[in-house]
Amino acid sequence: VAREVYLDAASAAPLHPVAREALLAALADGWADPARPHGPGRRARLLLDTARATVAEVLGARPDEVVFCASGTQAAQLAVLGGLAARRRTGARLVHSAVEHSAVLHAAERHAAAGGEAVGVPVDRAGRVDLDAFAAEVARPGTALASLMTANHEVGTGQPVDQAAHLCAQHGVPLHTDAAQSAGRAELPAGWSLLTASAHKWGGPPGVGVLAVRTGVRWAPPLPAADRERGVPGFPDVPAIVAAAASLRAVVAETAEHARLSALVDRIRSTVAATVPDVEVVGDPVDRLPHLVTFSCLYVDGEALLRELDRRGFAVSSGSACTADTLTPSHVLAAMGVLTHGNVRVSLHRDTTGADVDRFLAVLPGVVSELREAAGVAGR
Amino acid sequence: VSEAEGSRRERTLLVLDCRGRRCPLPVVELARHIGSVEPGGTLAVAAEDPAARLDVPAWCRMRGHDYLGESAAEDGVPVYSVRRRA
Repeated sequence: VAREVYLDAASAAPLHPVAREALLAALADGWADPARPHGPGRRARLLLDTARATVAEVLGARPDEVVFCASGTQAAQLAVLGGLAARRRTGARLVHSAVEHSAVLHAAERHAAAGGEAVGVPVDRAGRVDLDAFAAEVARPGTALASLMTANHEVGTGQPVDQAAHLCAQHGVPLHTDAAQSAGRAELPAGWSLLTASAHKWGGPPGVGVLAVRTGVRWAPPLPAADRERGVPGFPDVPAIVAAAASLRAVVAETAEHARLSALVDRIRSTVAATVPDVEVVGDPVDRLPHLVTFSCLYVDGEALLRELDRRGFAVSSGSACTADTLTPSHVLAAMGVLTHGNVRVSLHRDTTGADVDRFLAVLPGVVSELREAAGVAGR
Repeated sequence: VSEAEGSRRERTLLVLDCRGRRCPLPVVELARHIGSVEPGGTLAVAAEDPAARLDVPAWCRMRGHDYLGESAAEDGVPVYSVRRRA
């Protein structure tokens, strides 16, 4: 049996060795309640404070601007709902791109169901938001918050967050950026008011979300009062947070690694386009995340494609409707106006070798053509 | 039904029935039957699958055909029309 090749780091990256080491050490020392003034509590507190300072430095924030929560999804929901709640008197309009993560879109739905307004701004074929339309929506009276992701989780396209932040600042509207796929892997924008991230996307453990709120930005906890982490509920998982911080610091320093993965993505983009007929490689080829690439194969059932690739030892993911619980295809692919079926997202990590990628690229065309043959559309 | 839509339907020789079929079947059926209409002729597919609304125009773009738009069948199911270019 061939080695299993994991190409789904954008869903969950394997634990970074630095995270594993830090987690084990912190389990021994960081189990106590960091809010208690006794010795074990103080040791946990020290670990938590150090981790907070590390994460803040990498994100370009101050330590007191950073809180930890249960996940990237929770962080995004807290950012959006808390940002809206704090500016209720200004208005109830939320402006977001059409390709935000479902965490933001579900928060927007909740906001709209409660009587607020949520405006989704369209994107172009590459998945980049229409900045003029975004600016026009932000400028409309009653806009309480804007949300624009740093880069897209399904197609990798970078968003013009610096420019959007500048436009938002002109109107006094705070901007939330969801950096879940970017933190640790790409240069982060600077002008944000709220930033959210997720440790298990960069090689940290699951169960650690990061919410950063700039000093002076109005934000109110949208959940019932809690004593810790600025009103974010729950006892902080100090060992996991320590591991998250240590791995974040490690991955941002691995710039050669980002370049290596980006070159592998270039190889996938060009080889798939050249060797698989009737394929659409989507997302911006240049202004993109270093580690992920998405393409859609005409006439192919996405679920069957995932199953056949899995049978051959390749773990990938898909935005096609047939692979999801719902009938609706990926809102990202739909907003871009690209093919939604036969979709495959390949996302790489530090254990991905060039040989892994070459094996995947060697197997893919045969799998696609077999599925097309079975559907009776070979060569059409 | 507008006049334009009515006349488009008259010119549509073939409406493929993909009711109850999931993605990518509506596009697969279009590909299997596009050869049976003359260049310049139209072909349509009736499908409830919401992915068809996105995938039929994308298929036209990728294969160089013209997407003519969406209408509704008598039972309310969306009908997507395409014109064969070459």
